[in-house]
Amino acid sequence: MASTYETITPDEAKGAGDIAIANYTINFGPQHPAAHGVLRLVMELDGEIVERVDPHIGLLHRGTEKLIEYKTYLQALPYFDRLDYCSPLCMEHSYVLAIEKLLDLEVPLRAQYLRVLFAELTRICNHMLNLGSHVMDVGAMTPNLWFFELREDCLNFFERMSGARMHHAYLRPGGVHQDVPLKLLTDIADWLDNRMYLFEDALSLVADNRIFKQRNVDIAIVSKEDAVAWGFSGPMIRGSGIPWDLRKSQPYDVYDRMEFDVPVGTRGDCYDRFMVRVEEVRQSARIMKQCLRDMPEGPIASDDRKVVPPKRGEMKQSMEALIHHFKLYTEGFHVPAGSVYVATESPKGEFGVYLVADGTNKPYRCKIRPTAFSHLQAMDFMMKGHMLADTTAVLGAMDIVFGECDR
Amino acid sequence: MLAPAPRYASNDGVIDAVRAALGARLIDVDDQVGEVALVVKREAIVEVMTILRDELAYQQLMEIAGVDWPDRPERFEVVYCLLSLTKNHRIRVHVWTDERTPVPSITGIWPVAGWLEREVYDMYGVLFAGNQDLRRILTDYGFQGHPQRKDFPLTGFVELRYSEEHKRVVYEPVQLAQDFRSFDFMSPWEGAEYILPGDEKAQPTEAGAPSPTTAPSAKPEIKGESPPPTPKTTESPAQTGTGKADPGGDGGKK
Repeated sequence: MASTYETITPDEAKGAGDIAIANYTINFGPQHPAAHGVLRLVMELDGEIVERVDPHIGLLHRGTEKLIEYKTYLQALPYFDRLDYCSPLCMEHSYVLAIEKLLDLEVPLRAQYLRVLFAELTRICNHMLNLGSHVMDVGAMTPNLWFFELREDCLNFFERMSGARMHHAYLRPGGVHQDVPLKLLTDIADWLDNRMYLFEDALSLVADNRIFKQRNVDIAIVSKEDAVAWGFSGPMIRGSGIPWDLRKSQPYDVYDRMEFDVPVGTRGDCYDRFMVRVEEVRQSARIMKQCLRDMPEGPIASDDRKVVPPKRGEMKQSMEALIHHFKLYTEGFHVPAGSVYVATESPKGEFGVYLVADGTNKPYRCKIRPTAFSHLQAMDFMMKGHMLADTTAVLGAMDIVFGECDR
Repeated sequence: MLAPAPRYASNDGVIDAVRAALGARLIDVDDQVGEVALVVKREAIVEVMTILRDELAYQQLMEIAGVDWPDRPERFEVVYCLLSLTKNHRIRVHVWTDERTPVPSITGIWPVAGWLEREVYDMYGVLFAGNQDLRRILTDYGFQGHPQRKDFPLTGFVELRYSEEHKRVVYEPVQLAQDFRSFDFMSPWEGAEYILPGDEKAQPTEAGAPSPTTAPSAKPEIKGESPPPTPKTTESPAQTGTGKADPGGDGGKK
């Protein structure tokens, strides 16, 4: 350890009653409630000032990419739910779009609306968790409980959508798994109109709170140049003042039909990142209302029988449908050889899938581009010169989930 | 494009611009499925990236992916995914290498490359010359091998458990209750080029012989007597033999 104190001889440094100290190293985590999972930060401290941070990741590495190479395209889908388990649907989104791009498969309009609707619900759900835990990391308890009230509502909607609260496996190459009941859509509309006040209420406790601002304003400022060089995306790059949103600039599904604004920060500190997410929640609610207003009736999955299995009712009547069903659930469909990199705007940033197909029924290579990887790498320069207690605020504003970071 | 994948700026003119800017450093360029992929010389990767960032405005490095192709002489492909915020365009840069030859590191151009290169090194064993911190990143402390290589088994080589005896976590060789099975979905009539289980006992003799042979050489022939010239038909009730004491006409003898 190089320390400024070591170069000074003890006799010079010592005044009356002074003790010479060296930098010391501490472990933050891997089991720390504010580490948002299993993160081990090896920190070099000078008193209470952070000199260097070395994040050790990989404690939740499960070999997802390797496992996917041994599964058919459809069997690999549920692994994506388990990456970022706070926003599972957005993980699936990149993957199915990558497959569809290789197959050049058309997706019916209703399916595209359903995907966008629930992707935005996922965004709200994710931000409720992140905003709440960020607030709690810097010392406030109540807003988190109120945010969780809304998150619970979201999870209940997901349960009615797919049967699962968290690991939905709802999207399919070619559409979605099943249609949703009309009552669910009307309930979501009611919820958007009548329950979002909880969010504004909870926010009113922190957004202008003096303590909250003291803990976040001017903490870990990232300039525009740094944000670009360090591969930032999502709320992190917008917090630094770059209006970059893949939903706007590279629209997928029906995002090009939606009207919404892209919030940006002005200073690039933790408070800006927090407020960018806050505004994104309001914009997501706006997108969902447009989805509910414009969603057409119609099929929810492609009618290409070589990719999308037939409905059960059809199987009872048609031999061909039965054969297709059997083949799709044993062998699966074949994807033509080629490679694509498809990235979508997940709640945490750019979530990409680099998919290499070799013409068989299994992916040859599926590289997952996690958002947290580049953000966490920047931890070292963001933390330099800050106090130890700011670590939790910086981590909270990054929005890191280790299922996704470690894969 | 029918698929609802992200739509960014068109590839028109991109390839020409890249050709002009990179010159002889470019080995191959490819526009498949609407994505531009460049294959460049490994030694020139730092220059290529600098040109792409400074002259062609690909400001962000989003991802470095490794791919393993064991059959090729240089088995590892390193794929850099770049993004242009100003032109709203994506491009991929590919280089090839093997286990021993290092790829020049691009951490000097993009600091984000540090961890991305560490991951490729961890997963494939690709070396990056100039990366100051080329440690393992995702695998366990003290891990051996490079798990994403195609010749690394899915199950790995070691498993760990907590040993009550030693009061710590111990590593042991993997023991599987059931052998790992890998299915292929090739149908025999699509030309499987191996002997199906159970067929190894029967040696193929000649095409059309009753023993199983591989699909392309087997030409089915119709065996047996040729059918009678006038097929037996029953056109009127009288021909059915109803009401006769002896329908067969042979006195009931067998």
